[in-house]
Amino acid sequence: MEIKGKAWKVGDHIDTDVIIPAPYLNITEPSKLAEGLFEPIRKNFSKMVKEGDILLAGKNFGCGSSREHAPIAIKASGISCVIAKSFARIFYRNSFNIGLPLIISPSAVDSSEEGDILEVDFERGKIKNITKNLWFSFPPFERFLLEISSEGLINYILKKRDEI
Amino acid sequence: MGWTITEKILGHHVGKEGVKPGEHIFAEVDFMLANDITSPLSINLLNELQNVEFKGINKLTLVADHFTPNKDVRSAENVKLMREFSKKYGVRLYHGGICGVEHCLLPEEGLVLPGDLIIGADSHTCTYGALGAFSTGVGSTDLAAGVITGKVWLRVPETIKIEYRGKPQKWVYGKDIILMTLKELGEETGIYKALEFSGETISYLDMPQRFTICNMAVEGGAKNGIIQPDRTTEEYVSKRAKRNYRFYYSDPDAEYAEIRTYDISKLAPQVALPHSPLNSVSIFDLPKIEIDQVFIGSCTNGWYEDLFIAAKVLKGRKVNENVRLIVAPATYKIYLQALRDGILEVFASAGGVIGPPTCGPCLGGHMGVLASGEKAVSTTNRNFIGRMGHPQSEVYLTNPAVAAASAVLGRIAHPDEVR
Repeated sequence: MEIKGKAWKVGDHIDTDVIIPAPYLNITEPSKLAEGLFEPIRKNFSKMVKEGDILLAGKNFGCGSSREHAPIAIKASGISCVIAKSFARIFYRNSFNIGLPLIISPSAVDSSEEGDILEVDFERGKIKNITKNLWFSFPPFERFLLEISSEGLINYILKKRDEI
Repeated sequence: MGWTITEKILGHHVGKEGVKPGEHIFAEVDFMLANDITSPLSINLLNELQNVEFKGINKLTLVADHFTPNKDVRSAENVKLMREFSKKYGVRLYHGGICGVEHCLLPEEGLVLPGDLIIGADSHTCTYGALGAFSTGVGSTDLAAGVITGKVWLRVPETIKIEYRGKPQKWVYGKDIILMTLKELGEETGIYKALEFSGETISYLDMPQRFTICNMAVEGGAKNGIIQPDRTTEEYVSKRAKRNYRFYYSDPDAEYAEIRTYDISKLAPQVALPHSPLNSVSIFDLPKIEIDQVFIGSCTNGWYEDLFIAAKVLKGRKVNENVRLIVAPATYKIYLQALRDGILEVFASAGGVIGPPTCGPCLGGHMGVLASGEKAVSTTNRNFIGRMGHPQSEVYLTNPAVAAASAVLGRIAHPDEVR
């Protein structure tokens, strides 16, 4: 799986209340959740994002609540993957479970700016910053993570259900 | 080498004596929960499936507590979805009057028990670790997968042991202990770990204070918080348990990623400044901070004992004219006991608002939302940007005694300042 898109950048410790604030939590439709994405720090963020764009974030991205509305809003905005210095654990699980792949690469985050064009090759564990002509590598995903993120957790367990 | 309590509980749920940190396991779940924010996503996933057996459905309990009493039509539709699902599959559902904030309600009802493996679609599911259970928060899709399989995928966490020594001073509680601990651990130490809270200080703490400590383990990034059971646990659980339960203890030669020791005897009440629960200082190191609202409640500090402490400070006094005091007993049983014991009368006479058992104000959901520039003292667990309302509002996290004193004086205050 490969993706290419424009980079958007946010800082450290972006919590789930900032990703999608409480007033949106009684909504389940992904497109409507996207409208509230990053509302406390960047209003109308999802209107600026194009399908396939990539989000860069600092440390501990997604800390706080277990609300799956957070990765759903990010995915529905068109963001195809998040590259961060580190992720909070519930957010990490939730994102893969709904098919939003996450990559940990502090150097890619530090060396890239908003607006740069990035390309990600998941199988080979490579990120290319096309604008700056820089390469970064990350440990390729374990196969089950790739499978979960490509088909979603529910389909994955339904397929495997006889083994478990 | 021996096992920690976390490694033993996880081990016994895959038919082994223990499991090692780093192992991936597919473990049997004893109990699952979801609320009116998280369960609609799970229910929508499950409702789409055909001819699929729900092997874990009898382990699921639903609690409508976040936007309840239903704050608007969307929230009402979500609770309706929960009611229909509950009826269709015979799933236990708490809603309406016989209800409460899930993490206080479920222990009180004797539904989550020592030795259990619990997953909940709410990050503060780690609260039940105070009973000597393995309990962790997951998302809605993980929960739906749990309903289908009755099991959960987990990576066994390494354990950090935190030993507390000494007896807490007057006006110092579990809340202050965990705020201090989170500050000491910082942003990175606790991530993905099990936090095992131990030491002689634990024996001075009642169950609500222990729940408060484990409740906030997630703020340090931990997978679970856990406290080994003792007589206090036994006393609490024995009169409530609806199933059999089992006590597990860490072996003396268990392996820890790290052991940290803290002296609690000189700890002062702590205040977590905006915008992080890890950002706490001693109340004596604060400048004068005037406030607009005080909230006493939530899964962190909405217990009967918390209301009792706050009422002790507020009795015979008035809430400052610049402050709104909102008190929400965490469950219907706590509400009733506080009503019978005259505690609610203390709040009402002081000029406080008494809300229903709900999570509402804690997450800026409803029943106590902040305007721009407003400052609140809150007994809850998070003070992120915009957590309780406008992105330019501020939340200061404290224990219930400090919250009550602050309501009287109109600024963040130590309970001894109230005369």
